[in-house]
Amino acid sequence: MAPSSPTVMRQGKLAPWLYLLPAIIIMSVFILYPMINTINLSFKNADSSASAATTCREGEACWGVFENYRYALTAELDLTNAKTAWDSFWLSSYGNMFKWLIVMVSSTVGLGLIFAVLVDRIKHEALAKSIIFMPMAISFVGAGVIWKFMYNYGTSQVQIGLLNAIITKLGFEPVSFLSKIPLNTFMLILVGIWMWTGFCMTILSSAIKSIPEEVIEAAHIDGANNFQTFIKIQIPIIMPTIVVVITTMVINVLKLFDIVYVMTGGNFSTVVIATRMYTEMYTNSQYGRGTAIAVILVVLIIPFIIMNIRRFAKQEAAR
Amino acid sequence: MTTHAKPLFRKPRNLGAGIGITIILLIWLLPTVGLLVTSFRPLSLINTTGWWTVFNVDNGPAIAQHPDPNASYPEKLFSRLTINNYVDALTGYRGTTNYLDDCADGSKPLGMNCNISDLLNPRGMGRAFINSLIVTIPSTILPIFVALFAAYAFAWLDFKGRYAIFAVLVGLQVVPLQMTLVPVLRMFAGVGLNGTFLGVWLFHTGFGLPYAIYLLRNSMSTLPKDLFESAYLDGATHWQVFRKIVLPLTMPAIASLAIFQFLWVWNDLLVSLIFLGGNKPVMTYQISNMVSSMGAGWHLLTAAAFLSMLLPMIVFFALQKYFVRGMMAGAVKG
Repeated sequence: MAPSSPTVMRQGKLAPWLYLLPAIIIMSVFILYPMINTINLSFKNADSSASAATTCREGEACWGVFENYRYALTAELDLTNAKTAWDSFWLSSYGNMFKWLIVMVSSTVGLGLIFAVLVDRIKHEALAKSIIFMPMAISFVGAGVIWKFMYNYGTSQVQIGLLNAIITKLGFEPVSFLSKIPLNTFMLILVGIWMWTGFCMTILSSAIKSIPEEVIEAAHIDGANNFQTFIKIQIPIIMPTIVVVITTMVINVLKLFDIVYVMTGGNFSTVVIATRMYTEMYTNSQYGRGTAIAVILVVLIIPFIIMNIRRFAKQEAAR
Repeated sequence: MTTHAKPLFRKPRNLGAGIGITIILLIWLLPTVGLLVTSFRPLSLINTTGWWTVFNVDNGPAIAQHPDPNASYPEKLFSRLTINNYVDALTGYRGTTNYLDDCADGSKPLGMNCNISDLLNPRGMGRAFINSLIVTIPSTILPIFVALFAAYAFAWLDFKGRYAIFAVLVGLQVVPLQMTLVPVLRMFAGVGLNGTFLGVWLFHTGFGLPYAIYLLRNSMSTLPKDLFESAYLDGATHWQVFRKIVLPLTMPAIASLAIFQFLWVWNDLLVSLIFLGGNKPVMTYQISNMVSSMGAGWHLLTAAAFLSMLLPMIVFFALQKYFVRGMMAGAVKG
């Protein structure tokens, strides 16, 4: 029990459960039971009528009841030799996820931090913040359309996409941003950065503002310039917030579906875990494989679930 | 957040930062401006000239020119814009010219009646807008309603396992909804809920609950203890305390939560795609369909996308304070 649990009112044994009951029933039916069921289905065949082991083929690799996991983990890889394995990994859903994680998380948090510092020094701070935050309000689908138009690639002389218009104006050949591998995944990541930097900026900005003035003043009196103060004083103080923002972004990226689905449909080697799962389930009707991919996704997220609970426990203890 | 008196020598309003931010803002706005401008341009020009040429009113092909060369700049600019794309998108028109012209010259477009009923054409964004509202409003109210009771129990009632159950709840917030899609889909198939609004409402309620309870509980537990003690001494029951004291004082948190959940559901594609599909298309579904089928050109796509962004934009700019608060606390949901 949390140390400060406010328990001031007497009540019957039953009353709390009456308040909780609707929520517990709904969550059990829509989250807990399906989660357990998903794990179960991941060990079955395509239509869940028999064990996954029955889908093994003569003379091919087989992991028995874990066959769907074999498929989920290795089917995208070309294991002929080390080089093909390496190359195919980078175009697989896991390789792409890796690119997303590295580029998107570092960019959104990095840019968010820079923007947070910059808007702190300008006149119309609120306006600037709301413009950068605005993409958060619209759907991934809307953002997908916006950027698909930006990236539009004209086969004729005329470029109606802004980026290619600029590129051709500068005398270069237009680029087919969404089908050129491996550039296309990075162009999708750019859309994600556009959408989520405002979120990181807003949180980091409020953390920076909550640093007591005296601390900064003391640093200035000791002769530190703005940059030194930022690196040596402000960053370490807001480190816990930065960690929270990073984990939040990692979770968001792992679950990412809409941007890829709308802009490329996962074609041209832009597939990520969530779009691959969708394809297995709804295009190929491979429920066993689809659920196995879902389980892998959850396994990747479990460390963050634990971190969330730990952070909550800490906050409670500090109350 | 604490506020401090700020000495003047700190945080110089510096010019470099101003210029930097201005450039950043331009880059951030440009894609959306491009979409907005394009959605008002005539079909024939969208595919032959860049949207930025619209501002250069004296250039471009003859059909884009204002008949009077001495007209003012706004006149010339507006003569290059049209609302046809929006009408076509709303009605789901897929002909070769546009809905208004086709109806005006008496040749009724295929499957259209040229009256208000066309707004309900299942292919159009008008119908999708209504479907989105039908999905979103109950999916916002239901989880909050259920969560209020649970949050009160977690905040102010004492029962066994209170802390443990709440910790599970904190963990559940991060569970990806992909993890539950197949079993729920089958469950729905068994009871005939696939393709129904009720199914989507229930699913969104289930997935909205962990975060809703978490946020409301945190807000309720910051209420002062004295409030409850004195109410109790006056002989109030739990139910009275909940309704008369806790609910009114939790309103700001409820507002944040409502906005967050509303936008989350409004902007969702995956859940509608799977549980409603083309049966009762919502806006995000309709747009993603237009993108992948490529049956619709940029004129329809840009107008449709902007229509879907309209409500979130209004909510965002009108209720920014609550919006940011709800978004910040719940960005990892589902």
